Amino acid sequence: MSPRLVRGADDAAGRGPDTPIEITVDGVPVAGVAGQTVGGVLLAAGRRAWREGPSGAPRGIFCGIGVCFDCLVTVNGDRDVRACRRRARDGDVVTTQSRAGDR
Amino acid sequence: MARHVVVVGAGPAGLAAAAAALRAGARVTLIDSAERPGGQYHRMLPEAFAAERPGRLHHGWDGFDRLRRHVLGHPRCRWWPESPVWSLERPEPGEPRPPRVHVLRGGPADASGRERHVLDPDALVLAPGAHDRVLPFPGWDLPGVFTAGAAQALAKGERLVVGDQVVVAGAGPFLLPVAASLLEAGAGVLEVLEANPAATVLRGWSRRPWELASQGGKAAELAEYAGLLARHRVPYRLGRTVVEARGDGRVEEVVTARLRADWSVVPGTGRVLAVDALCVSHGFSPQLELPVAAGCEPRRAPSGSGWPGSASFVAVDGDQRTTAAGVYAAGEITGIGGAAAARAEGLLAGWHAAGGAPDAPEIAAPRRRRDRARAFAARLAAAHPIGAAWPGWLRPETVVCRCEETSYGTLRQAAADRAGGSARALRLGTRAGLGPCQARVCGPAVADLLAGDGIPSGDPHNRPVAQPIRLGELARPPHREESAT
Repeated sequence: MSPRLVRGADDAAGRGPDTPIEITVDGVPVAGVAGQTVGGVLLAAGRRAWREGPSGAPRGIFCGIGVCFDCLVTVNGDRDVRACRRRARDGDVVTTQSRAGDR
Repeated sequence: MARHVVVVGAGPAGLAAAAAALRAGARVTLIDSAERPGGQYHRMLPEAFAAERPGRLHHGWDGFDRLRRHVLGHPRCRWWPESPVWSLERPEPGEPRPPRVHVLRGGPADASGRERHVLDPDALVLAPGAHDRVLPFPGWDLPGVFTAGAAQALAKGERLVVGDQVVVAGAGPFLLPVAASLLEAGAGVLEVLEANPAATVLRGWSRRPWELASQGGKAAELAEYAGLLARHRVPYRLGRTVVEARGDGRVEEVVTARLRADWSVVPGTGRVLAVDALCVSHGFSPQLELPVAAGCEPRRAPSGSGWPGSASFVAVDGDQRTTAAGVYAAGEITGIGGAAAARAEGLLAGWHAAGGAPDAPEIAAPRRRRDRARAFAARLAAAHPIGAAWPGWLRPETVVCRCEETSYGTLRQAAADRAGGSARALRLGTRAGLGPCQARVCGPAVADLLAGDGIPSGDPHNRPVAQPIRLGELARPPHREESAT
């Protein structure tokens, strides 16, 4: 299986009712939950990779805390936003980035 | 007017520093790049989750919860969340004051159009913490391979499970709480692999047994994790690690192998295991760019290496004072010691930064706790070292620098070509460490790989721009605050 959000009903932390949000990723709508990071929304939607390194190699979340810069995306026109640190907001327009062909 | 103490980092060390500085009568500005306090150890759920029982996911939640409410609600404390410190500006030589602190505020992570703020504190406490150290191995750059810290941050911080057939591998006691977080969140954990053989781990743990008694809480916490693993029938194997991850576009299987004490692979012991996620950590790297920018000197490791080595930390005296005027350091940047050591160091750093009486009775206990926690950390480090033979896992095509995709073969070739000479020339030639992460991830590994060739790795922690800032933000004039005194 792929990464997934713990079901609200099963959550030992006693999460309140989820507030659904929707972002678009390269124009495609992706459903999420308020409080998730952009990276969290992508992972929970079954995407492990969304950026390309210089050779075109796939990259997604690696360090999860803003250190490795693997997960960079463009959010509402701002390039190089760390998806693991940016809280997703309803309506965010996310586009993926590639470094393929940089060299 | 009261002294103004700026504390960078609101994890266990920074929160404690803020509390002690407030107690000593100072004005405090507590700054963190995250939205909520806690750091990585007490990473909080987002407010939008409206969690009723957040403490279920944490050790020592009640104490943390009381402390953060006290500090953040204190009338002399100013709390600046989502505020990266992007630069520290040193005073003119001979001017005995702490550096000027440059902060970005007023937007979410990596937003554009944030405002620049400049602070001139009377004293500065640095408590930026650490991140996972991960050694490269074939396939570690496949999607689905996470640092152990990432898996825990996702599980604790936003209730996301990375997989259902997960292997947790690497070195150190941190693998246990990570596996526990995954199990708690409902992930399937296949096995937890500690690379160090039992003999190494037991020798480290059994040194100076009289010191263990005073750290009963920590030992009990580790025993609790071991019990949880046992209940879920998750094996904890010593002397075995993941030497390769394979898959088509994502990790689908791992190859594990038995290791000798020096982490060389025992031939013929390879096993293939189907996985949907792999979590790795071989220890921690302190976040050193701010102390380096502040001009703090490194603590000389027993091996004699300073900043360039793969295990360097900030030098502090008994009062957590660094060699830079007015700058104090606490937590993982002074040595990987865990939350208890960080809290005690934070209390001392905050107290002294605020000008608290050096012989005050209330700091005697934190001083003893700090020394005991440090001794315990030294024991753990001895039990979970990084074996020198780890480069034996690498193949010529194995990526060492994830950002620039510099391979081990390219690095070897450049090192063999001594005409290149300096570390700088080698970095420019291979691009290792020059990508977006600025060597935060590959720096220690590259330093280790080149140490055998006698090529010093330069200063991998020298990042004058400590956090990304956009040109538009740089161009706008900052909000300045005059020094309070």
